[in-house]
Amino acid sequence: MITKRIIPCLDVRNGQVVKGTNFVGLKEIASPVELAKEYSACGADELVFYDITASSDGRDLFTDVLTETAKNVFIPLTVGGGIRSLKDFDRVLKCGADKVSVNSGAIADPTLISRAAKVYGDQCVVLSVDVKRVDGVFRVFAKGGRENTGLDALDWIKKGIDEGAGEIVLNSIDTDGVKKGFDLEMLKAVTEISSVPVIASGGAGCIEDFITLFKALPKVDAGLAASIFHFGEVSIYDLKKEMVKNAIPARIVKE
Amino acid sequence: MTVILDYGVGNLFSLRSSFAVIGEPSEISSDPAVIESADRIILPGVGAFKDAMEKLKASGLVAALKAAAKKGTPILGICLGMQLLFEKSYEYGEHEGLGFLKGVVAPIPAKGLKIPHMGWNALEFGMKKHPLFRYLSEGDYVYFVHSYAAVDCDDSVIARTEYGSPVTAAVAKSNVMGCQFHPEKSGDVGLKILKAFCEMKEGKL
Repeated sequence: MITKRIIPCLDVRNGQVVKGTNFVGLKEIASPVELAKEYSACGADELVFYDITASSDGRDLFTDVLTETAKNVFIPLTVGGGIRSLKDFDRVLKCGADKVSVNSGAIADPTLISRAAKVYGDQCVVLSVDVKRVDGVFRVFAKGGRENTGLDALDWIKKGIDEGAGEIVLNSIDTDGVKKGFDLEMLKAVTEISSVPVIASGGAGCIEDFITLFKALPKVDAGLAASIFHFGEVSIYDLKKEMVKNAIPARIVKE
Repeated sequence: MTVILDYGVGNLFSLRSSFAVIGEPSEISSDPAVIESADRIILPGVGAFKDAMEKLKASGLVAALKAAAKKGTPILGICLGMQLLFEKSYEYGEHEGLGFLKGVVAPIPAKGLKIPHMGWNALEFGMKKHPLFRYLSEGDYVYFVHSYAAVDCDDSVIARTEYGSPVTAAVAKSNVMGCQFHPEKSGDVGLKILKAFCEMKEGKL
């Protein structure tokens, strides 16, 4: 039986891992390569690297980090951040990424999804969506959650899948960094319209939040989190054991 | 020397790195002479069957691959590379494969399940464990990403996985082998499979 995936997310700036609350107040914490190795050893099913640097120097540092990680870590790697063209896809895939996550770049030009899916396959294109409630409607935000695009989130996700996105990462801005659980209401709405895997992101604070997520929403394929893993608040090994105890299929890596 | 076939399809970075980590020399090549003299061959592949088969033909490597298969060189097809080993595929039409293995490639009949079959799933070896899995245990997890799978290939199946129904996960017929999953993305379990493959010698397993 296919397992539910647990995915640590590493935001990388200037070659370091950072994580903030509600997208602001970034704080640098660790070497991404070392962190990636550790996660892989304790059972992470996949890793997501977000490049949050703006400068071109930072971009080179990022691809160095990615290359070094891919040389040492043999689980799927997804890369996102600043992906706006097929050239960007090519750049990160050559460094060992398996999937590429698009967000603002796809909002600016939705054909980026279909053009990439055609060259690299649907499975390679992940549509990452930052969503926030505005007057009771799920709206898509761009530019790291700072700009309301006015797009209806469910319509946008449907369009993204039609264009060829092979997976959806749904990040709830409303619950991001709050650590009181995933946004079950928002995730439910998305899983009901999605024919491709859905990864839940934003809000996990403890092991119980993942158990609640997978029990309440069996259609969610994976749970993604950052700081709780980075700061050791949740051990992936313990989380997997608890999942299995709760009859949620999980892959446990024996140490 | 393990030769990773380069015919313009697939990401060879992780494969190359996997061999480096297990301490096995490997080379990426599109040279027929190198392929014919290889100790063992990896046939990678992602994307669509038709496109990959066309590229393989255009690369001029089919003859070298056939010669290697015939003389007993261990060959491991990975993901789409495994599918190419079969007679034909029904992915967007009907396309001829290399025909090293009996069987065809058809859509995964996953009723109500998401396609592609993407993620970590458990291997079931059945009655006999193939040497490729000598370091593995029944139920070990490996990473899959695919929408099509090999069928009508009962005599060559060496591992299955469960996705709605049993799905062909790995195949072998003497020196020609294939994994539907990605050993180079399956953590330590995958590296153990590549290590076992590297221990195979020409003509015997």
